Order: sequence, then structure tokens, then C-alpha cells
Amino acid sequence: MEANKIYPDPSQVREELIQRYPSKVAKKRAKSIIVNDPEIIPEVQANVRTVPGIITQRGCSYAGCKGVVLGPTRDIVNIVHGPIGCSFYAWLTRRNQTRTESLMDANYIPYCFSTDMQEENVVFGGEKKLKVAIQEAYDLFHPKSIAIFSTCPVGLIGDDVHAASKEMRDKFGDCNVFGFSCEGYRGVSQSAGHHIANNGVFKHMVGRNNTPSVGKFKLNLLGEYNIGGDAFEIERIFDKVGITLVSSFSGNSTVSQIENAHTADLNVILCHRSINYMGDMMETKYGIPWMKVNFVGADSTAKSLRKIAEYFGDEELKARVEEVIAEEMPRVKAIIEEILPRTTGKTAMLFVGGSRAHHYQDLFSELGMTTVAAGYEFAHRDDYEGRDVLPKIKVDADSKNIEELKVLPDPELFNPRKTEAELEALKEKGLEINGYSGMMKQMTKKSLVVDDLSHYESEKLIEIYKPDIFCAGIKEKYVVQKMGIPLKQLHSYDYGGPYTGFEGAVNFYKDIDRMVNNPVWKLIKAPWQKAGATNGKSKGLEATYVTQ
Amino acid sequence: MLLRHTSKEVKEREGLTINPAKTCQPIGAMYAALGIHGCLPHSHGSQGCCSYHRSTLTRHYKEPVMAATSSFTEGASVFGGQANLLAAIETIFSVYEPDIIAVHSTCLSETIGDDLQQITRKARDDGKIPEGKHVIFASTPSFIGSHVTGYANMVTGIAEQFSVSTGTKKNQINIIAGWMEPSDMREIKLLSKKLGVKIVLFPDTSNVLDAPQTGKHVFYPKGGTTIPELQSTGDSLFSLALGSISAEPAAIALEKKHKVAFETLDIPIGLTATDRFIMKMSEVANVSVPDEITDERGRLVDVMADMEQYLYGKRVALFGDPDQLLPLTEFLLDLNMKPVHIVSGTPGQRFEKQMRQLLDARSPETNFRNGLQADMFLLHQWMKNEPVDLLIGNTYGKYMARDEDVPFIRFGFPILDRIGHSYFPNVGYSGALRLVEKLLSAIMDRQDRDALEEKFELVM
Repeated sequence: MEANKIYPDPSQVREELIQRYPSKVAKKRAKSIIVNDPEIIPEVQANVRTVPGIITQRGCSYAGCKGVVLGPTRDIVNIVHGPIGCSFYAWLTRRNQTRTESLMDANYIPYCFSTDMQEENVVFGGEKKLKVAIQEAYDLFHPKSIAIFSTCPVGLIGDDVHAASKEMRDKFGDCNVFGFSCEGYRGVSQSAGHHIANNGVFKHMVGRNNTPSVGKFKLNLLGEYNIGGDAFEIERIFDKVGITLVSSFSGNSTVSQIENAHTADLNVILCHRSINYMGDMMETKYGIPWMKVNFVGADSTAKSLRKIAEYFGDEELKARVEEVIAEEMPRVKAIIEEILPRTTGKTAMLFVGGSRAHHYQDLFSELGMTTVAAGYEFAHRDDYEGRDVLPKIKVDADSKNIEELKVLPDPELFNPRKTEAELEALKEKGLEINGYSGMMKQMTKKSLVVDDLSHYESEKLIEIYKPDIFCAGIKEKYVVQKMGIPLKQLHSYDYGGPYTGFEGAVNFYKDIDRMVNNPVWKLIKAPWQKAGATNGKSKGLEATYVTQ
Repeated sequence: MLLRHTSKEVKEREGLTINPAKTCQPIGAMYAALGIHGCLPHSHGSQGCCSYHRSTLTRHYKEPVMAATSSFTEGASVFGGQANLLAAIETIFSVYEPDIIAVHSTCLSETIGDDLQQITRKARDDGKIPEGKHVIFASTPSFIGSHVTGYANMVTGIAEQFSVSTGTKKNQINIIAGWMEPSDMREIKLLSKKLGVKIVLFPDTSNVLDAPQTGKHVFYPKGGTTIPELQSTGDSLFSLALGSISAEPAAIALEKKHKVAFETLDIPIGLTATDRFIMKMSEVANVSVPDEITDERGRLVDVMADMEQYLYGKRVALFGDPDQLLPLTEFLLDLNMKPVHIVSGTPGQRFEKQMRQLLDARSPETNFRNGLQADMFLLHQWMKNEPVDLLIGNTYGKYMARDEDVPFIRFGFPILDRIGHSYFPNVGYSGALRLVEKLLSAIMDRQDRDALEEKFELVM
């Protein structure tokens, strides 16, 4: 550990985290709490069921499908088929920003659509009501697309959302209606929903519009959801560099962009967990390679831009990338240099998402801070250990229930953007094509890696390590802050951001500086609670007359 | 325009709900259970339910909201959730050490047909519930009613499953809190203290969802109705249920089980509803109302009289939950304002009838609808047809308010973008005074903003 603080032996910490659990639970949790070694990466148990009763950060499949992947596309009417709650809770809460070109353009993000399933629909079936709802949505809005999301009871009562969607799609002719079987109980977390969403978007949207996209360097941005305007900043940089963004999956995106995505020449992946399926499937069907990038962090942004330029192999582009980096960096450097003395040597913990706990370590290291422990909420082993472990991952019953699409090269549209030899040459140059080496390789030796951190474990970790900042989500926010430690939300950014690109790095530096150095954390104790305070016990004065 | 697709023309819908003015039962059950001391709410369903409910309550209170889940997977959905719940009970008691686990169901476990009574009995028989600890439950299917129904069901479960009658009456009154904020519950306790009436208030989320910053996370905060208090409710002289939808079912349960007589009142929001509350308390506890309270009331009426010109005739659209909407509407009428549109997603003929009665007597032309498709989309369309001067409702209202350029007062659940609701009450005379201040500020700020330069007033 590079920080100056002295920490207990991480294997002892691990013992302490599990000692209170019933033995079966302890045994299971022990496999998900790992002492890191970046040289010989140990196995982390991930993407397995949470023990019932454990207070987990995780959500459900529906949240991953509708909330994460489909939610940010502005011109789809997303109808949630189920009781009212599921649609209500996913209504505007993920901060997916979107910008239409004019007031005439469709934007359904501020709306919440539901079939508001009632008892009689559960008893007698809800397909009829669903079809009425689809018809009403069509009549009211005439959208390009309507997507249907199944919630828990739908799967149990056997409503066929796919058949209903098809029937309505055929009936309308000019509106693409498609369904997702993303019932909350599928899989073990949001992750199942990501996969289901990828499948549906791939099947029903990608490839519908073959109009060639225009531009010299055309790519899709995968796994970027424009939370707090992250995609806007990346778009700004792409524009400046001269890269054409054909489609985003799915921040600030539209139906027609996604339908045209297969005309791009590269897929860059930000959130590996939620969208890697799409990268793989587009590779197989259309011959578009994908590359893992990271636009979280100024240095990471520069690095990612250079990787993209290297991929296209164009000297002009490479030069332009260098120009843009040279233009953007001075402002970033000026700010970080001013902040660095106040953040250097401080420690962070990140327990969030399926990629963010990795990406944000770059920003913390730019701030001179050490990540002492990190983990994901819903990731798989490859997000920790790198994709090399993929063949070794056992497919359990929960994962088996999630459809793996059989994808073949498209007889007409398959067009390998790079030859095998070209890909090899790029790999030689250090470009990880169709690959990702995971979070642990980047973390220090003896740092702690915990998958699906429980509430109990988080309190223990904070007690033991006393980090300067903890990163997680809304459910953890005020728990951790009650302990006198600031918590940075890395799902909603505490309603700030963007945190991507050069602008985003500056925003993040400032936010973290403000949080870890905020005077409020020193105001918690009242004067009379401090050591040596009088608190009624007067010293020296005989003042009994005031107390009566 | 944020809600650019909302057209003026109202078409009846039968299948599609757009921008709901309600959410589902379990979140209400979770909120109610947090008002019991030492209680961990438990969501018997998929993880997402628990996660969503905790997130929404956390955003509303900016406080820790602890709750556990049965973490259903596909297997549990096929074979039933009994094994999950039994495992959860065991894990929770050993790791989180609550005094009580309050289990509520979800649409998933209800559709499967899990019987919470049977499973919790089995947990006891199997020795999974340590001595002196409790597991209570409430059935809260998301496909019936709304979040308010879920709250009522959990409060009823609490009343039924804890109350005991010893045969000796206790000199105390049960006050069953309808869905209200911790600040409101604190105010009810304060008013009762001023009246000199000993009460058991349940649930009571004060000192739970407004906990102080101490540098420590207290898993089970100081507040919440205690087990002995809950047990004693069977011996109380009388129950007052504040809210016919959210509180009355628990009072009925206590009457059935222990013959504790009850009366249902509105949540004391506004002048007249508070008057009825104070009168009833004075009557059932046989106490005279102290000057302190009379003066409080007097201050409210004083402001209402002094500022009446700014309130008169102001047209208001409001949406929210039945037990709050009724007394709020009454108060607006007392303030000489004009409720023009009222919408609540919570279904029920009882509420419909009560609201109609109030409106028929004092404002027959008001548009009012509750239940299915009584959503914010409809309300917004109504507002486009008959514009208003003010909108009152939860945070989601801000999109309509911005589009229509109407002043907006946050009231109800959830409030995700402002603080105050958990600290400053809406109930009682002081709560009413706060409401009047909010109404006046909204109206007068708008007047200041829109006034021509020569009409800009210094003194108002």
C-alpha cells in the first residue's frame, strides 16, 4: 500500500468482515472478499446470488434493462407492464440527460408509462390491457418505437409480451414495438437485465437502417448513459477531434441512431459490464471490432483518444488528437496542481456499479489518492480479473436462464473493418482489441476487493480503514455520512457532473476537494461534548446560584 | 418544454397510465415499519423492490433507510419464497440484530401465493426467531390500491400483531398516524403534551428519519414506537385514527381484537381539521384546551385575516394522497382559495365520496378524479384547459409547473429535491401557519416577479 497510513493485515480484515455471519453465509462471503495481487490475480466470486436477508446494494433485472440500457434513448415510449411501482421508481431517477435539436423532436424521458396492472389482470391475464395501453400510446404520441418491459408478475402469469408487441407492430406498420422479458427475479442483479436489454436492442433495433453513415472516423460509444451530461462532454471532444459518433448506447441517443449503428467502423466500450454483449454481437454479425476505453479521468481520456486514433491508423487524426490534448490539458493541469496538495495521500473506497468502481480509480489517482478497497455491485469475474477468465467461468442456473443469442455473420452486411493481420498489428502496438483486463490488475497489492459488498461489511471496512471518502450510491449515502465520512454517489454524481473527459475531470477534482476538506466534518461534536469541556461542571466558579 | 407531448385534448384511457399520482403498496409498508423502534423492514420479493423503495425513501428523507430483502431468483419464483424468507430471518437476526422484523409482501410473492403468516409461524416453530424477538408481517400486493394502502396494511399488521389486552384499561389514547412526515408526528406528540393527554402514537418515524448527525450510524435510531407501547394499545381507552384510508383499518383491527372504541378524523392539516382534532382529544381525554393552544390557533387566524387579499380566489391544482388531499382542500377553501383540479392515483370509493361531499358543499365545479388513469398527465391536460395560479404536489409536479409557468408548492410524497418536510410540520396550527407562509410566498413572489415596474410594491 503506498499511502502513509498503516492498515491492518488485509487477510485479518477479511476474517473480521465475515465473523458475524452464520457459518454458511460466512463461507459464501469469504469467496467474494479477496486480497488483491495485480501480478497473479486471484479468483473473485462474482455474479452469484445475494444471501437472502443480507442488506445488499443490488437491484433487479428490470432496473438493468429498462432503467440502465433502454431508459436514456429519448424517442422510445417505454411502457412498463406491471403494477405501478416499477415504472414509478425508474421515472427520471437516473439523470439520463438528453438534448433534442428542436422543440418539435420527440423526448419521452420526462414521462412515465405503465399498464398499472390490477388484481384482475393478474388473475385473468394482462395481455389485453397491455395491448390497449400500446394502442393508446400510439394514438397519443405516434412514436417511432414502443418498448414493453415485463415486471415480476408478468412472467408468472404467462403474459406473452413478445406476441403482443408483434401483433401491435404488425397492426401499426410504422411503429416498431418490441418487448423485454426482464422480470425482476431473473438473474441475480441488474446485470441480467443488461444482457436482456442488449439482446433486445440487437434483435429489434440495430441494423434496421442501412443508410451509410457519413464521416471518416466513425464509431459508436457503448455503455455511456449520459448521466449528468457525461456523453455531452465526450461528444464535445469527438467533435473537436473530428470523430463521427454514429450512435451512442444509449446516452443522448435516438432510435434512428441505434438503428444505423452497424454502419460505424469501431465500437468503443465504456461500461464493459452493461454492454459488452453488444460489442461481441456486432463484431460477429457486422465485423466491427470493439475496444475498451475510459473517458473518466483526464489522462485516461487522453489515452483513450490516442487508442482510437491508433485504431484508425490515420496520421492526421493522430496529430489532431495530440493538438486537442495539448489544448485541453493546461487548464486541467492548472486546477489539479492547485488541488493536489489538499488531496494527496488521502484514501478512497469505491463500491459501485459494474465498471465505475474501476474507472473512477483513475480520477482518484490523478488526485494523488489511494484506493484501499473496491468492488462492484453487479459485475462478473471478467470485470475483476479480465476477460481471459471468460472460458473458466462456470455458468450457473441463474445465468443459464438468460438467453445467449446465436449470432452469425450477416450474409450481406458482414464486413470486417480490419483484417486479422491488421488486428494483430494493433495488438502488437498495445491496443486491446475485443479485450478488457479488468479492475484488479490496476489495483495495488494487498488492496481489498469485495464483490456485492453488504451493509454490514461496509460499516466494518469504514471502522477499520477510516477512508477519507467512500463512493457508492443513494442507499449508502447517508449511512456513511452519518459515520462522519463523505460519500460521493457514483450513480447520480450527487446531482453534479459531468465527470467524463477534460471538463469532467476538473469537476470531479473540485467536488472531491470540497468533500474531503469540508469543515462540516469537524463540526459534528458540540462544544460541550469535546474532551475536557465543562458541560455543566463549572471549574473554579462557585455558581450554584444560576442552577437553583 | 419538458412535457412537450402532453396535448390539451383529453381522451379517455383504459390501459395506459401516464405520470402516475401514486406508487405501489410495499414502499408504504416499509415506511410504516420504520416507525417502530428496533424494527428492520423486510421486503419479500425481488431485490429490485427493496432497492427502489429504499432509494426513494432515502431521496425523500436524506437519511439512512435500512431494509432487507428475500432476494428472489427464478428458482424462488417457481418453487415459492419460503426458503428465502426463512434464510433471511436467520441471517437478519444474527447480523443486524433487530428486535422486530416487519415483513411485507410484493407483487411477486403475492402472485406466487406465499403465505406470510404460515412462513413466519414456521420460522418460529423452527427456532429461527430468538427469544424475545418478533417477526410481524403484512400482505401488500402492489397490484391493489397504492402506497397508501400498503402503509395502512402494515400499520394494521402492527396493531393486530402486537396489541395485548390485560383486562385493565390504561389511561391513554391511541393515536394512529395516517401517512405523515416525522415532523408531523412530532407535532402530534407536542400538541398532545400541551393538552395533557397521554398517548401512544404509532407508527412514529420522528427521531428515525430525522436523526441527528453524531459521527455514528445508529442502525436502530432512538425513535419509533416501542414494543411495550404497542402492546399496551389493547388497553387504551380510545383510538383516534388520523386518516380514513391510511389509519382507520388499524383502529378497526384494535376495536375487533380488544374492543378499543375509535373514531376516525382527518389528518389535522389546516385550521378546521386541527380544530376537530383538538376538540376530539379534549372530549375523549376529558381535558380542557390550554391557552397555549388557543393562542396558537389565534395566531393562525390572525394571519389568515391579515393576508386574505392575496389568497382570495387563487386557482389551485393539486395532486397527492387521499388523507392529505381532503384536509388540504378544506383548508384551501377556508383560505378563500379555489381548488380547480384535484387528482389522486389512489383508488377507493370512500375517498371519492368524502371528497365529493366536501366539494359539493363548497366548490361543486372543481374537477376531481381518483383511481386508475387519474394521473398527472390528466391533471396537466386539465391545467392546459383551465389554467391555475398555483400547483401543489410532490416533486414530479415541477415538470408541469415549469412548462406551464405556474408557482409550485411541494407537498406530499415523494419530495426529492427540497428539504424541510421532515423537519417542519404541516399538521396542527403551526403546520397550517407554515402552509400559509408557503402559499403566500409562492403567490407574492410571482406577483413581484411579474409586476410592471410602476406597480412593484414595497409593502405587501
